[in-house]
Amino acid sequence: MPVTWLIPSILLLALIGYWAGRARALAVAGGDTRALHSLPGHHGGHVALFASAPALALLVVWLLTQPFVINGRVAELIPDSANSATGEGPSAALMMSEVRRVAAGLDLAVREGVITAGQADSPRTGADDMRAWLAGVGVALGGETGPWVLPAAQRYRALSATGHLMMTIAVIALSAAGLAGALRRVRPQFRARDVTERAVKAGLFAAASIAILTTLGIVLSLVFNTIEFLRLYPAVDFFFGLTWAPSFGGGSELGILPLLWGTLSISVIALAVATPIGLFAAVYLSEYATPAIRAFAKPLLEVLAGIPTTVYGLFALQIVGPLLVSAFGEGGVLGVTWMGSGTAAMTAGLVLGVMLIPFISSLSDDIINAVPQTLRDGSLSLGATRSETIRQVVLPAALPGIAGAILLAASRAIGETMIVVLGAGAAARLSLNPFEAMTTITAKIVSQLTGDTDFSSPEALVAFALGMTLFVLTLALNALALYIVRTYREQYE
Amino acid sequence: MTGLAAPTPAPTPSPRPGRAALLAADPRTRKRNAAERRFRFCGVMAISIGLLFLVVLLAAIVSKGAGAFRQTFIALEVELREDTLDKNGNRAPEDIAKASTFAYAPLLGDALLAAIRDNGITTELQTRKEIKPLLSASAAAQVRDFVIANPERIGETVAFSVLAASRVDGYLKGRVSRDSVARSKNMDARHLDLIDALRDAGVVEKRFNPAFITGTDASEARPEQAGIGAAMLGSFFMMLVVLLLSLPIGVAASIYLEEFAPRNRLTDFIEINIANLAAVPSIVFGILGLAVFIRFAHLPQSAPLVGGLTLALMTLPTIVISTRASLTAVPPSIRDAALALGASKMQAVFHHTLPLAMPGILTGAIIGLAQALGETAPLLLIGMVGFIASTHPDGLASGFLDPNSAMPAQIYEWAKRADPAYYERAWGGIILLMLFLAAMNITAILLRRRFERRW
Amino acid sequence: MYDTPLTEADVSTEDAKILARNVQVHYGTTHAIKDVSVAIGDKAVTAFIGPSGCGKSTFLRCLNRMNDTIDACRVRGTILLDGDDIYHRRVDPVQLRARVGMVFQKPNPFPKSVYDNVAYGPRIHGLANSRADLDRIVEKSLRRAALWEEVKDRLSAPGTGLSGGQQQRLCIARAVATEPEVLLMDEPCSALDPIATAQIEDLIYELRDRFSVVIVTHSMQQAARISQKTAFFHLGHLVEFGETGQIFTNPQDPRTESYITGRIG
Repeated sequence: MPVTWLIPSILLLALIGYWAGRARALAVAGGDTRALHSLPGHHGGHVALFASAPALALLVVWLLTQPFVINGRVAELIPDSANSATGEGPSAALMMSEVRRVAAGLDLAVREGVITAGQADSPRTGADDMRAWLAGVGVALGGETGPWVLPAAQRYRALSATGHLMMTIAVIALSAAGLAGALRRVRPQFRARDVTERAVKAGLFAAASIAILTTLGIVLSLVFNTIEFLRLYPAVDFFFGLTWAPSFGGGSELGILPLLWGTLSISVIALAVATPIGLFAAVYLSEYATPAIRAFAKPLLEVLAGIPTTVYGLFALQIVGPLLVSAFGEGGVLGVTWMGSGTAAMTAGLVLGVMLIPFISSLSDDIINAVPQTLRDGSLSLGATRSETIRQVVLPAALPGIAGAILLAASRAIGETMIVVLGAGAAARLSLNPFEAMTTITAKIVSQLTGDTDFSSPEALVAFALGMTLFVLTLALNALALYIVRTYREQYE
Repeated sequence: MTGLAAPTPAPTPSPRPGRAALLAADPRTRKRNAAERRFRFCGVMAISIGLLFLVVLLAAIVSKGAGAFRQTFIALEVELREDTLDKNGNRAPEDIAKASTFAYAPLLGDALLAAIRDNGITTELQTRKEIKPLLSASAAAQVRDFVIANPERIGETVAFSVLAASRVDGYLKGRVSRDSVARSKNMDARHLDLIDALRDAGVVEKRFNPAFITGTDASEARPEQAGIGAAMLGSFFMMLVVLLLSLPIGVAASIYLEEFAPRNRLTDFIEINIANLAAVPSIVFGILGLAVFIRFAHLPQSAPLVGGLTLALMTLPTIVISTRASLTAVPPSIRDAALALGASKMQAVFHHTLPLAMPGILTGAIIGLAQALGETAPLLLIGMVGFIASTHPDGLASGFLDPNSAMPAQIYEWAKRADPAYYERAWGGIILLMLFLAAMNITAILLRRRFERRW
Repeated sequence: MYDTPLTEADVSTEDAKILARNVQVHYGTTHAIKDVSVAIGDKAVTAFIGPSGCGKSTFLRCLNRMNDTIDACRVRGTILLDGDDIYHRRVDPVQLRARVGMVFQKPNPFPKSVYDNVAYGPRIHGLANSRADLDRIVEKSLRRAALWEEVKDRLSAPGTGLSGGQQQRLCIARAVATEPEVLLMDEPCSALDPIATAQIEDLIYELRDRFSVVIVTHSMQQAARISQKTAFFHLGHLVEFGETGQIFTNPQDPRTESYITGRIG
């Protein structure tokens, strides 16, 4: 029975348990629910819980451990010669995946009726038969698949099948036992409500822990692969290299500095656009605008934040880029030749800046509104104009919060992917001319990890090191921003 | 700030400003008021620039993308000749299936030549080979599908409306000009003259193309055939995963943190984690999806299930933050009232607090979903671009597990292709995507308006 | 029966610094001030008393047009400062407020240094020709506010770091630094402890020599101690206005009497 049926079966048993528990609770109470400590529904829930939770837990544990056990047993069949022939290290994993592929192909062949189950498991089957069968179901084998693959695949299939059968029996048995055991405990004094509520609470806690698991997943996947990368590529060259020139043939130069420079340039341009516009917009909305204008302009500005970044990317590529070239490029209106092509740091930076406007404006708006009205009154009562009040009293008072908002926007900017992938170009260079193509950490993560990649090569693994850098950078910026904003909030509370 | 402490030419050392005339502004006040107006003008400008960008962006989307919904078709009377399509004449399906699209191409060519003749158009292009560039490569497949479905019509002459080649479409939409044609190999000014004549004759016409909305992606050489339907289904299945995972988990996590969590290190740690996850760049979630779901758990690449899982993790903090805000907005008096009646804490939360917070929770969930729907970067890493999503998923399992694309990923894929005809389709896809996003956000706003409660 | 306002026919126009005639204030749909006429003398302390929500603070804020900052607020009637209508459309509220200063209920020093707090007004109005000039103005103002001795060694410390009473005196120093003619005080002692209150009261008593002071207060004792004239507001009406001694010992209106004896308010 496949897993897709096993889970519904457990749930069915749980449902049966619920009704049985309820019915039994009513029966022991003689139909009078007042005799029970807990409501019949709680008794039902209690039985359903025991019928499902332990069984599901077992299922998960089994599914996680079975592959390791099977891999260990199958690995014995992979000869050392096969290992050394293709090189060392990672090829063991490749062998294993080849075995899995063949096993899956045999499954498919049996299912499609090309061969019988007996044929698939027969020890007399030759490598050529196997090749033919698999070709029949559209599974192509690599050229140097050795003769050991078939027995290994056959053992893999056999072990998997046995494991599956044992798992099905064990899980269903545990579920039934849980149901029966819990049903026997139904008594009027039994505190079923406490049990179910504790279980629900545990479930709620588990949901909250997903956040920790996610962070853990991110950190582990970044750290392990980064370590792997740094074993293959010297850390000094990565952190201080001035050239970024990956080549999958080997001999790559993977210095992060040109990417950091591109990221920095584009972020600075973006913030130079977004900060004044966003800040002035926030000041206008919170200090000058009538409620009607505010109700109209604020949501419209925030629409800018809801537009997918791919759209901004295409906007940069197709509209802003050519527009800038017609101004700053060859034969442009300004008569300068600063810009070669439409994809440039300036293009991506400008568009990224537009995207960040609502981000800065709505955060600053909140912060400016948090400045107490009494300060404004104090300044106005001295005969200050509104702008004097804003510039000399409100903004200085809100400065820490606004700094926090800009830092948050900066962290957004360095983590943004689609706009730079489409708008900034692909050349990694340390250039002072913002009208030249530059590239960023995020764009290179994408280019190193898309397409057919060999995950054992430094050219692919470098993406994880880049991701790690990005993660640490954004985290640091956010922590700083949150700290500043929080300190600022306490000041006025 | 602006050097206010600097000496100013005041007539007397200790003046009483404006004492003489309250009704007439003195020069200094006039200057200050001018500064005030300038400052205010900057604010107006900032808002205007922001709104201008919005207008320009929306105008660009509509003007560049609207064309994708119309496509050029050629109306042809195709003679389904028995001698080429069914040599044995027995209408056996396997015999008919043997005739490949190569067998159909000449029939279409003849039909087009006939259309040129019948409309009395004179052109130097006299052979099938010369007029072939006008027809889409998909036309033969379209006729073949029809014949396989209706073998009894072999031998008749049937009216078809087939796709014109992308170049023809581009010419009628102004994308392909006579100058750019001069540089191309298999098309020249004579073809353009012929297109003009055929359009005047009504053989060639632009009309609404539903296949753009429902269809699948096509190969690089056939932009006229590409549609976003398969990617739309991919997005749909992904959103289903996101909704089914992030809403219950997010709500459960929020209930725990808001109502049950003891004040301890572990709770603080969870809170910090959620706050940080909300700020982690989306591409990092892509790395997580690649490393954990694909390389560690061996889930299929490019599957909406994996995309959904990744986006669900990304959406989770958004949903937790908005749900907690909705839960705190329910006044404690309601909880106290339930507790005072002898309800357990759990009952108070699930019977009273949660239902009252539901509209706010749903609003947050919809906004989170809209974010996830527009997200592209993580999908790049788990392989939802770079291949042609050429089939619709059949059934539920296939929808979750078979390789597919998603709307924003499809748009990105088109934006990367060399043929400018694909740019138009990318913008067209953006129109559809933005319509979905607008619908979701409007639903969220209406929901908030409808159920907003002030305690 | 209390809704008929007393006719203030005998509002004295001689040596009145501020003269208000038939002032009506609306907040949205609320009629907050109903036909108030009053004359506020120069170099004297005028107290506004009355129960909460009677409109005394609203009226005070009309006198330097601070109500302009509230969108829903509309003012009708005339208020004359030295004979000029302050609601005339050619009057710039910025110039008006330089002449009519204000001190608020809660001390609201700017998050700047003590020095910058006091120098703020002179700077924006350009009252100082040099740094030394400004120093002199700051010192003079702080002395007037009886704060100089306490803060002269920490002029660069933040004003928000002072005690509540010091903060309020700092706000008074800030207000007098622009050399206003009228000083409006909106319950300046309500957030302070008794000792700080006594200090402020002494200060107001001295300020009377140079300014025309208008003070809104909840405390009848305070009004009696420091003011020469008292106005009693009730439900938006000016019920009674006259010499402080007379109001407290021999009120003309039954409403004033019930308020003073503690039956309403």
